[in-house]
Amino acid sequence: MTLAPTVGMTIPQREHYCDEVQQMLYNASLWNGHRIHFDMPYATEVEGYPGLVVAGPLMGDWLHQVVDEWLGDAGMITGIEYSNRVAAFVGETVTAGGTVTAYDEATGEVTLEVFVKNDRDEVLTPGVITAKLERER
Amino acid sequence: MSGLLSDEVLSHIGREGAPRREIVTRRDIRKYAIATDNRQSKYLDGDVAPPLFHLHLFWDVVPLNELSPDGVSIDSLLPKFPLEKAMAGGLDIRYCKPIRPGDWLTATRTLTNVYEKAGRSGPLIFYEVLMEVRDDGGELVVIEKTTRILR
Repeated sequence: MTLAPTVGMTIPQREHYCDEVQQMLYNASLWNGHRIHFDMPYATEVEGYPGLVVAGPLMGDWLHQVVDEWLGDAGMITGIEYSNRVAAFVGETVTAGGTVTAYDEATGEVTLEVFVKNDRDEVLTPGVITAKLERER
Repeated sequence: MSGLLSDEVLSHIGREGAPRREIVTRRDIRKYAIATDNRQSKYLDGDVAPPLFHLHLFWDVVPLNELSPDGVSIDSLLPKFPLEKAMAGGLDIRYCKPIRPGDWLTATRTLTNVYEKAGRSGPLIFYEVLMEVRDDGGELVVIEKTTRILR
């Protein structure tokens, strides 16, 4: 597949439903025992959250995935900068997406501004991803 | 500056944790890919690891009795900071080489910086941890800088 990025183009977005079972499996796969992700009384009564908190690095993963799916076999992610600014909670549906902000045809380097946002359009996890497209042979 | 950071705390800058060496397995890649909602077959089949898999591979595996009551593992690289409430942090990651089943990878973490800044509602402490992941040939695979903010 050939990609033809242009500055300002948006890539296909993807929705993720934040499900309890997924949170459990994700955090268990890391060995992350932080109670805010699975212990509802602790998350709400002790920490004062409105629900179970979606793991921050999982939203970081969704930033990668939305770009990686767009790239397919045409290129590879070479770097990311991102931060978790606002929490998401189990039961929410969040959307990942991005916009191409730079493309160097000579080197194949492409830069995208990426986000995960909630259904109130708040950006939870903003970031910048760089990728390298394979040169045409 | 309000001088929150004692010389003792600052003396931890440059401290390096013991290197950790782990093997990548197809099963671990598959579990990570499924748990993150991935839908690309190369990852779901475990042929190659998706980006960010190094996080899974090097999350500290600590005994249950060493977790704090909220279930968090205590990072032995860090000094005891005078502020403890963690705020949003940031990550800066460079991917140098793909990760595949059978790879032995070694991660080294260094506390590279500790500093304070005046925030809108009081002082903030920032710290930075650099993690380098290398293969057995010594080649860089992933380099990750984490910045965390305490208030």
